[in-house]
Amino acid sequence: MNKYRIYSINGPIVTIRGATELQIMEMVYVGVKRLVGEVIGVDSEKTTIQVYEDTAGLYPQEPVEASGSPMSVSLGPGILGSIFDGIEKPLSAMAAQAGAFITKGVSVPPLDEEKQWDVTVTVKPGDVLSGGMSYAECDETRAIRHKLLVPPSQHGKVVFAAPNGAYRLHDRIVTIQDEHGGTFDLTLCQRWPIRIARPMKERLSPVVPLICGQRIIDTMFPLAKGGAAVIPGGFGTGKTVMQHQLAKWCDADIIIYVGCGERGNEMTQALTEFSELTDPRSGRPLLERTVLIANTSNMPVAAREASIYTGITFAEYYRDMGYHVAMMADSTSRWAEALREISGRLEEMPADEGYPAYLPSRLSEFYERAGRCVTLGGAEGSVSVIGAVSPQGSDFSEPVTQNSKRFTRCFWGLDKALAYARHFPAVNWTTSYSEYIDSLSDWFSENIAPDFTACRNRISALLAEEARLMEIVKLIGAQVLPDEQKLIIEVARVIRTGFLQQDALSDFDGYVPPQKHYRMMKSILSVYDQSKRLIERQLPVSAIVKTGCFDRLVKMKYNIPNDELDRFDELDAENEKALSAVG
Amino acid sequence: MILEHLGLDKISGSLVVLENVDNVFNEEMVEIRLEDGSVRAGRVVMIEGKRAVIQVFEGTRGVSMVNTRTRMTGRPMELKLSPEIVGRVFDGLGRPKDGLGEIYPLLRRNINGSAINPVERVYPKNFVQTGISSIDTLATLIRGQKLPIFSGSGMRHNDLAIQIVRQASVADDESFAVVFAAMGVKNDVAEQFRTSFEESNVMSKVVMFLNLSNDPIIERIITPRCALTAAEYLAFDLGMNVLVIMTDMTAYCEALREFSSSKGEIPGRKGFPGYLYSDLASLYERAGMIRESKGSVTQLPILTMPNDDITHPIPDLTGFITEGQIVLDRALEAKGVYPPISVLPSLSRLMKDGIGEQYTRKDHKAVSNQLFACYSGVQDARALASVVGEDELSENDRLLLRFGRDFEGQFLTQSRTENRTIAQSLDLGCRLLAQLPDELLDRLQKEEIEAYIEPFREKVVS
Repeated sequence: MNKYRIYSINGPIVTIRGATELQIMEMVYVGVKRLVGEVIGVDSEKTTIQVYEDTAGLYPQEPVEASGSPMSVSLGPGILGSIFDGIEKPLSAMAAQAGAFITKGVSVPPLDEEKQWDVTVTVKPGDVLSGGMSYAECDETRAIRHKLLVPPSQHGKVVFAAPNGAYRLHDRIVTIQDEHGGTFDLTLCQRWPIRIARPMKERLSPVVPLICGQRIIDTMFPLAKGGAAVIPGGFGTGKTVMQHQLAKWCDADIIIYVGCGERGNEMTQALTEFSELTDPRSGRPLLERTVLIANTSNMPVAAREASIYTGITFAEYYRDMGYHVAMMADSTSRWAEALREISGRLEEMPADEGYPAYLPSRLSEFYERAGRCVTLGGAEGSVSVIGAVSPQGSDFSEPVTQNSKRFTRCFWGLDKALAYARHFPAVNWTTSYSEYIDSLSDWFSENIAPDFTACRNRISALLAEEARLMEIVKLIGAQVLPDEQKLIIEVARVIRTGFLQQDALSDFDGYVPPQKHYRMMKSILSVYDQSKRLIERQLPVSAIVKTGCFDRLVKMKYNIPNDELDRFDELDAENEKALSAVG
Repeated sequence: MILEHLGLDKISGSLVVLENVDNVFNEEMVEIRLEDGSVRAGRVVMIEGKRAVIQVFEGTRGVSMVNTRTRMTGRPMELKLSPEIVGRVFDGLGRPKDGLGEIYPLLRRNINGSAINPVERVYPKNFVQTGISSIDTLATLIRGQKLPIFSGSGMRHNDLAIQIVRQASVADDESFAVVFAAMGVKNDVAEQFRTSFEESNVMSKVVMFLNLSNDPIIERIITPRCALTAAEYLAFDLGMNVLVIMTDMTAYCEALREFSSSKGEIPGRKGFPGYLYSDLASLYERAGMIRESKGSVTQLPILTMPNDDITHPIPDLTGFITEGQIVLDRALEAKGVYPPISVLPSLSRLMKDGIGEQYTRKDHKAVSNQLFACYSGVQDARALASVVGEDELSENDRLLLRFGRDFEGQFLTQSRTENRTIAQSLDLGCRLLAQLPDELLDRLQKEEIEAYIEPFREKVVS
């Protein structure tokens, strides 16, 4: 490989003087410590490299070594349950080698190369394989079976197939030969460039919801499998708690959690919590279906930019095996800021708020990698992306929020006022929206209840009506409203505190199945309908409040366990009796 | 190879440029000897071929292009460390300032530190009792946390910080230490801290790094890094529980802005550099606990919000990095409430895992949630009362108003020497909640009301 010498150093940006044979986006090793870098600019005078590790201590004239390939990650068994940094350095192995602090230039292979995997080979000599087809399988964790796939660019006839047995990462499993006679060895591991989307056979429309067990999401603003959602919110509004909730409870097979420029303690928390909690479906620790990518805010900024791509590449790899994958990115604003920082060092012309002009195109490229599809191997898989955004000063008009809104179809806006009142999840029901409601309504009708979406729309209308009435109440007080409107305010209060509020830390309110969402909505609406009739017969709202119906509704989320939905019948009967008594 | 260069090729703000330098590395320390023999410290910030750009910490005033000698030290910026740093006073660059002589170093450490590997972190869970009801109950400080105080000019953040240090040290054993970093604060503020540390007999446990308001501005960029390097040494090498007080972070950020603009970088919001977030994170993230040591670094940075604006980039970015914030409020201060902590925007993110039966008391979570919810209701009731008048309010709103007054007058207010235990604070909270009817206690379940609130109701009746 060609070797070059460093000419200038400015923060994470290093240049080489003169023309080189380096390609744009090629991965390079910088300096004697072989820091990982990527070529981001090439012209006749200089080559510009961004370095993914700290450049302090680097001398000019130190060597730069080409790698010959773009910035890539290793894909193979051993990814699940691990914690990596933004460029797939395994943090546990690094800690074992270098101690509690991250030191640069530590060279550890991304995946364990010595571990023996119990491989079942599923092809025999003579079989014809094309890209994306599976040739072997192994149990990556007890929860997930890892399918080994032919790289998308390869195809051919199997000329060698190893017997079933224990193999290490780089052992040859299968050899294929294409029509020109060229052979290609398939091991347990392949490389893929992180900035290129892995191909799929066909896109499918998003008609199945990603069930997260959160009422404000599943019922009010649902996300489809293969969809993309964005959670903007100022600090302290609960973005991270919400991302953790989704990572814990959503019904995806695989979770990729990217902590991009966030707090170190949060990643530690995710790591400990996910290894202690069990997945309700497989009964195994959640960590066995999770990959954590941690590029905390004090780790090098360029690797932060890469971490999002590393995460989505992992997600696509598992999608290709036929899994439903959900990726959480917390927070995409830090990623955008990393772009801005690097763009500033390259002295590019800034656009909106100093962000580079290519911010929207990068965001759209990223969010378009989400989707439900038929994979090259013929299976169905999906990648759903949930990106947190940290707008400066909680101002949603800033470029990252606005552009993310354009490329996603689900918007869960977090609200400071709700967070201050400790109403969690602090998703504002008037500004949030989901464009998936219509395409998912069939699924809800078939799987939950025929009138699920109708109920949801009535709840939403009540909340909207309350918001309108509150404008009046703010000016003249609630006393002067007619009873009919007072009832709406009371019912909306029940919806807000009894339905929308959900305690992430509670034993069974943390995850609530959609069947219970439906029963809760039904109970609220039936009390509302009955009370409305009473009010039409001139009964005052205060009399209805005295029946205790509203209090029972507010507490039903705690009083009725998730697996005893029959008890809603008792609740409804009790409410009906109490209301009939006053009427 | 150590070479000395005579003369400079360019001076721009706090930066000087040297041409024809060999063998210089990124972030190397340099010594700059002026005509009059005085020596200033500098650091290489950019290298282009044989040209090196050097940042001079004490500023370039009085530096001549011709008769200045520059020597490359061959080392990065390091702090000399040994157990004897405890009880000493240093300047903003970590040089002794108290006239007690040099430190004999056991080791030197790069002041930039290294990021803690998240795998090796211990998730902080141990409650620190500050003796201040509003903090202990509603925004609990956890050992290993970074919890800034968002204040404004003229508010009593210093008194609050001093009270926290004093009362937290009481609860702790001898492994307690304080690292105090002053950035651009007035001489008498530093003096106030020093006297109060002496009065409460913790001075022998304090390391001070002082960059006062008349000290060189660029030096301020180094001060917190020196302080945190010392704190990490005390915590992770010597196993102490270290509380780091950094004041004023606003002055630090302004120094960074000045430095950035002199380098000709593209400014971001309000002229602050685009990397302000990363830079602040490189300080705040140095709090925490690690597996291989029993010590901890807890940070209590103080920042004055320019114009009391919490959306200003400095408090805004700080809030995104730190694990919560304690916000002081001028209106409360004007009412005579001390400490004037604005409860609703204040928050401790680590609180949820560090409270409850094992750590504080069983009812802590429920009571604090209900206090928040009720106090938030107080704000609505007040807004309504200001429009329609108190007489027109419903009974519940009137009860809320009374609760609000008592909450501010009894729960928030305490004297500068009053050290309340967590049990006292929680009892006080329950007693206030007991004034309210059950229907306003919507965050508590029936059993919780009976168990925690009801006992206090009987006292009200009798």
